[in-house]
Amino acid sequence: MAISTGSVSRPRRRAGIETTRARTAMWLLLPTVIVLALVAGYPLLRTIYLSFTDAPLNSNSGPTTFIGFDNYLFKGEDGTWTGLLVDPVWWTAVWNTVKFSVVSVVLETLLGLMFAMVINSKIKGRGLLRTAILVPWAIPTVVSAQMWAWMYQDNLGVISQWGRSLGLLEAGQSFLSKTDTALWALVAVDVWKTAPFMALLLLAGLQGIPADMYEAAEVDGASKLRQFFRLTLPLLTPALLVALVFRTLDALRVFDMPFVVKQYAQETMTMSIYARQNLIDFGTLGYGSAVSLLIFLIIMVFTVIYVTSLRVRFD
Amino acid sequence: MAVSTVPVSTVPKRRSSALQTLGLGLFWVLIVVILLYVLFPFYWAIKTSLTSSADLPQTALSFFPPKPTLENYVTVFTTPSFLYSLRNSLVVAVGTVLISLVLASLSSYALGKFRFRGKTALMYIILGVSVFPQIAVLGGMYTTIQTLNLYNKPGGLVLSYMIFTLPFTVWVLTSFVREIPTELEEAALVDGATPLQTLFKVLLPVMMPALATTGLLAFINAWNEYLFALTYTSDDAARTVPVAIASFGGGSQHESPFALIMAASVVVTIPLIILVLVFQRNIVSGLTAGAVKG
Repeated sequence: MAISTGSVSRPRRRAGIETTRARTAMWLLLPTVIVLALVAGYPLLRTIYLSFTDAPLNSNSGPTTFIGFDNYLFKGEDGTWTGLLVDPVWWTAVWNTVKFSVVSVVLETLLGLMFAMVINSKIKGRGLLRTAILVPWAIPTVVSAQMWAWMYQDNLGVISQWGRSLGLLEAGQSFLSKTDTALWALVAVDVWKTAPFMALLLLAGLQGIPADMYEAAEVDGASKLRQFFRLTLPLLTPALLVALVFRTLDALRVFDMPFVVKQYAQETMTMSIYARQNLIDFGTLGYGSAVSLLIFLIIMVFTVIYVTSLRVRFD
Repeated sequence: MAVSTVPVSTVPKRRSSALQTLGLGLFWVLIVVILLYVLFPFYWAIKTSLTSSADLPQTALSFFPPKPTLENYVTVFTTPSFLYSLRNSLVVAVGTVLISLVLASLSSYALGKFRFRGKTALMYIILGVSVFPQIAVLGGMYTTIQTLNLYNKPGGLVLSYMIFTLPFTVWVLTSFVREIPTELEEAALVDGATPLQTLFKVLLPVMMPALATTGLLAFINAWNEYLFALTYTSDDAARTVPVAIASFGGGSQHESPFALIMAASVVVTIPLIILVLVFQRNIVSGLTAGAVKG
């Protein structure tokens, strides 16, 4: 009897402790979960719902009706298709965002890698360099947008002056005001601002490569170039991929910098800028929500691909 | 024979040392070029901010301010709406940091030291929120903020900023808590401490470095945020520094008072740069932790 009660009560007590612990954990997590539900969960669900309605931003301007997928694609009575999926401005915004993201992320990676390798070399002054590259990162995005807007200013901007002396610009023109160069002018701002961030991430990766591997390569007579391609690059790949994905996610969501510099100009309109214009300025909450949701889905697809292909670990 | 071998063997050596010097020289040129590239825009902003608005059209392209003046800084600091925006930004950023640190301390203790069902799912959700595009919740949150009567109030911005500060803070703190030896917590529990006592009296002192790093990054993110601040505020009561700077001068681009904008830009950037330089080691480790862990 005594033995059997012992063996029965011991698991029960352990289960009791486990339950108490689990309940405590629940209470500890509750505030975070409530806040996240309030700022992320509920607004997202509401965005999904609104994207199937014709809701206006200002609820006084009329009732909301459920219109199915009409925000996305809608065949009018005269047989013409309307809606987000056939809106040329949306596709311009998508294309701009893709061009902006791909080019700026590639340039940032190359430049960041160069910065990181210079800082990682055993040369005097690298501490100064590491500190200096934090400056663009520390400057608020809006401030850096204004700083560059000033340098790009049509007549008084220093970059416009350089453009004129190189014969690339005519008087009163700037790389920002010319429609065919505006997006690339913004890429230059983004590269300047975020290459340092890239450099910091890659520097951490570089410092993780043991020095004796280079010594061994040196002994074997491998040239510096060969060491870079056979040793540095393969060992850096994990850090490189993580940094690449993070920057791409950021670039796909970009809003602040192009908006501050060019507002709603179509040649530099990104997906997020297009969404805000519809949500807030046009006051079409329903249609704008459809745009937001599509952006959300694009980002999520990208994230899922990233999590599965990089096998991000959680525990 | 002997005579001819001497030059043969010394020439490559001399060439290699010359090459080395050349390489080192090029390297230094590279460093200077990088420094110029990275610092020039900020230098240009400072230079412009020291030029009087009246002189700007004539001297905009000179590399040094011909007649340095602080008049733009005087104007900036006597513009009430700019001072309000500084106050609002400070309130919002500090509020965001405090609330996200308290919430994240509680939940990182649970996620780092407790075993319960659904933990992995919760971690996935938190990671998912951290990559949420802000634009996806902009419209939905607009109604939440109006319902809670937080439109055009610093509280509304603090609440909305939780979407990007909280997941990051929870992630980094959780990975930190996980590394704290379990003996520390068990000793406290054996002594009869409640979980909250254990957290605040035993774990938090150990967590200080991680709290400082994540708090600093949350502060910088909240200080710099633009999209929510632009959408959920309408006047001096809650407008933050980025909104004030982006709309400085208002009107068309040609009439924008750039000397003033640059002065305001320098004013809001200097504290950040000092903060970043003082805490640069924490920031670098925090950024890499955040990126590698999720």
